Amino acid sequence: MARNSGRVTGVNGNMVTVQFDGDVSQNEVGYILLGEQRLKSEVIRISGKIASLQVFEMTAGISVGEKVEFTGLMLSVELGPGLLTQIYDGLQNPLPELAEQCGFFLQRGVYLQPIPDKSWDFTPVAKVGDTLFPAQTIGTVPEGIFTHRIMVPFDFANVAWTVDSIRPSGTYGVREEIAVLKDPKGNKKSVSMVFTWPIKRPITNYVERLRPTEPLVTQVRIIDTFLPVAKGGTYCIPGPFGAGKTVLQHMTSRNADIDIVIIAACGERAGEVVETLKEFPELIDPRTGKTLMERTIIICNTSSMPVAAREASVYTAVTIAEYYRQMGLHILLLADSTSRWAQAMREMSGRLEEIPGEEAFPAYLESVIASFYERAGIVKLGDGSKGSVTIGGTVSPAGGNFEEPVTQATLKVVGAFHGLSRERSDARKYPAVHPLDSWSKYASVIDADKVSYARNILFSGNEVSQMMKVVGEEGTSLGDYVVYLKSELIDSVYLQQNSFDPVDFAAPIERQELVFDVLFKVLGSELQLDDKKAARAFINEIRQKFIDWNNTARDDERFDMYLREIEELVAQRFVSYERRAAKILQVK
Amino acid sequence: MQKVYTKIESIAGNVISVKAEGVRNSDLAIVTSSHGESLANVIKLEGETVSLQVFAGARGISTGDHVRFLGYPMRISYSEDLLGRIFNGSGIPRDNGPELTDNLIEIGGPAVNPAKRIIPRNMIRTGIPMIDVFNTLVESQKLPIFSVSGEPYNEVLARIAMQAEVDLIILGGMGLKYDDYLYFKETLEKSGAMSRTIFFVHTASDPTVECLLVPDISLAVAEKFALDGKKVLVLLTDMTNFADAMKEIAITMEQVPSNRGYPGDLYSSLAARYEKAVDFEGAGSLTILAVTTMPGDDVTHPVPDNTGYITEGQYYLKNSRIEPFGSLSRLKQQVNKDTRDDHRALMDGMIKLYASYRESQEKKSMGFQMSEWDDKLLQYGDLFETKLMDLSVNIPLEEALDLGWEILADCFEPKETGIRSELVLKHWPKSAS
Repeated sequence: MARNSGRVTGVNGNMVTVQFDGDVSQNEVGYILLGEQRLKSEVIRISGKIASLQVFEMTAGISVGEKVEFTGLMLSVELGPGLLTQIYDGLQNPLPELAEQCGFFLQRGVYLQPIPDKSWDFTPVAKVGDTLFPAQTIGTVPEGIFTHRIMVPFDFANVAWTVDSIRPSGTYGVREEIAVLKDPKGNKKSVSMVFTWPIKRPITNYVERLRPTEPLVTQVRIIDTFLPVAKGGTYCIPGPFGAGKTVLQHMTSRNADIDIVIIAACGERAGEVVETLKEFPELIDPRTGKTLMERTIIICNTSSMPVAAREASVYTAVTIAEYYRQMGLHILLLADSTSRWAQAMREMSGRLEEIPGEEAFPAYLESVIASFYERAGIVKLGDGSKGSVTIGGTVSPAGGNFEEPVTQATLKVVGAFHGLSRERSDARKYPAVHPLDSWSKYASVIDADKVSYARNILFSGNEVSQMMKVVGEEGTSLGDYVVYLKSELIDSVYLQQNSFDPVDFAAPIERQELVFDVLFKVLGSELQLDDKKAARAFINEIRQKFIDWNNTARDDERFDMYLREIEELVAQRFVSYERRAAKILQVK
Repeated sequence: MQKVYTKIESIAGNVISVKAEGVRNSDLAIVTSSHGESLANVIKLEGETVSLQVFAGARGISTGDHVRFLGYPMRISYSEDLLGRIFNGSGIPRDNGPELTDNLIEIGGPAVNPAKRIIPRNMIRTGIPMIDVFNTLVESQKLPIFSVSGEPYNEVLARIAMQAEVDLIILGGMGLKYDDYLYFKETLEKSGAMSRTIFFVHTASDPTVECLLVPDISLAVAEKFALDGKKVLVLLTDMTNFADAMKEIAITMEQVPSNRGYPGDLYSSLAARYEKAVDFEGAGSLTILAVTTMPGDDVTHPVPDNTGYITEGQYYLKNSRIEPFGSLSRLKQQVNKDTRDDHRALMDGMIKLYASYRESQEKKSMGFQMSEWDDKLLQYGDLFETKLMDLSVNIPLEEALDLGWEILADCFEPKETGIRSELVLKHWPKSAS
């Protein structure tokens, strides 16, 4: 039964004003009835008897007087088994099914069931008479490589529910009743494997939030070693266009050592999503032996799709992430790009004629960004297991200038900052993360002293290089020049990584440790180098060996050969360890 | 619904408003004034007040003029008859041919379902080494040429148009200088390409609103042809004029500007157009090559900046050369793995060395002593610029790759190049040591 209804009184872009009769609540969903079509929209402002709705579809053809139906429900997602491997739009509409029904183009007003009607092998965990709180497990179903917990719906009142009846082990449809629960007052409620949850409310059914300490391995050397990310942490990747944000996100989504990856393609190019869409079902995840798609969910609201749904898409993604976190799983949410989401907010704010803040972004921009990133975290669940949601968001600052509102608001709340630089990407130094400007508050997988030693060389090398621009190579001492060359060496053989090379694209931790140790010996040694020319020739030679080594698979016989060759090269010139390096290595 | 409204409530810029009932958002209307008829479309509804933008401009419209709503949105005729024809931004012929009215299609249609897209796979050869080798153009790509006023961007566009292997070319001209319009027309006529070309041209002297319609009209027609199995190349020049037209309307409508007066939805509006580029599985494809002039050579200006975030790369045109820095084809990785095994490594290696050359050049200009390494780089940079970068070079990809190795061998020892040893072994010219 439609709770309430109204009539359209105005249309401005994707905002529609509606005069309503009864009561309407903020953020509730309404449908504009346009002939056969029902256009989904959300209430974003109420003033007297007039509600302003943002429409998640194109508004062409709407006229004044059109009927509007309110649902009384906030914008929600369906949660249950079958979410993995799905490709949704920002409102959780399954895109492949939509394509089957509508062909090449996205037809407006078509909303399909997000969770496919499928049967699952249910194993009960709870027994009749057990008492359960929301988010506690009723039973399990196997979903691909995971055990999917069927939980007491999170939207149930937070009281002790008694299991009144529960189905025995067997195969049941996803929307079939599997249990009946009774609250302390004796009211019975039926439970299936699916329930809904409003996307703008965080799921908080955990015991406590923990500090993120366990590293999340991305297999990108510069990140894992120098700018690490922790499970349950947050990080951002701001960068001008063409600096490689998306390639970096794509690499991470493939290689990250994590249970589930959710990709929120938010207002970016459709072509980029397609790569993931077509590649992941083909790529085998070495950890599980299954395809990468089995651990992936894609929320895809690309730039040409309606703007309002773009704003919803990041929330849809994070809600699904939190749902799987409740099963003791570790989830990585990659949002590309959060600037597009912020721009969607700006467009709506403009239409509402709110007083604009900096660069016309709304004044509440910072708090909205902060509360989104705060939905990340590692938590201890009721059964003692741990689950986490890690959020990595790209930022596309206007003009590549980090001094803009979205980048600044993001930097305030994240734990790691991977700033991409135009300079590095122009010189094809990928990933173009700037090693000196970027920072991370999380712990590295490599020994911290060694990392800071290498970082120091990068700093000094950069200083020398700046100085050389003024005084020239001839005005630079040999010692300084060698430092500069060493910093260049770190850059070209360790910081840079070829994401299109079949070997180099992923560097497992053991390999990073080995390569870093060998590199550290080069960095920490005083070397017998007679002049600048000899120094350059020597470093060039070492660099070549390292590059060949990086491109050689672990099980290739040449792997050890290159290692030996590098060590021999260093040994030939080795004089002694530099004082600080000797201390770190504990040698004399 | 053919009711005629005769009371225009307000006229501001090119936007008029009337009180009317039952009008739908985006519908068309005909405004009849003493200066003739013009189309207009609905851009805002507020109670009974309907705001319309008048395509031919509101100049000379009086409050007593007639507004007749047509009850349908903007449409354009789609048929083979379009080929070889020239239209203005409202789809009205500007050659002396007949008006086309059958098989009307709506413009500004819905987006393609991402799940229906396919990974681009075909290279478009242009014979320009800076494109073919370093930033390959790919079918279904959307790519702008970032340029300063005065650079030969329209010439480059015309050259690519004539050499590219496509079935159909649609030229969308926005704020085009009349000379440039004639240049395109003459060049394409001379090369015999006119019969597979459709022009939608808004020249600098035409009303602003028509400029806004050019991309939509061009892309709607292109999309239809692509669905019918044609490989279509859409050339849009100059998208900065389109953005400026949007700015003009937005400010007239009293929208809150976001950055340098441009409306907050600049990104979304540009994206809605560029994202029309697509390769339809089992049908044709639509590739967009656009020009974005950068006011004051400033890439951080909102128009090139937002464009760069949407398109799949960009070509920088500077000093009549396609700059290797900043120029980027994001889709090149899709195709350059299948061209030749050395393509990627050579491309990266040569650019890295060219970057070092620029540093050495800077050092030299500051009067520093040049090391042996600097001298090598300077020699390399010179060869690179004259043999590969010059826009007049017109050679196929394979020849360009060989030439690249020759240039390297002329200047460096293999291990100085930073290229994998096995590739060096295979491709290093035998004549060099």
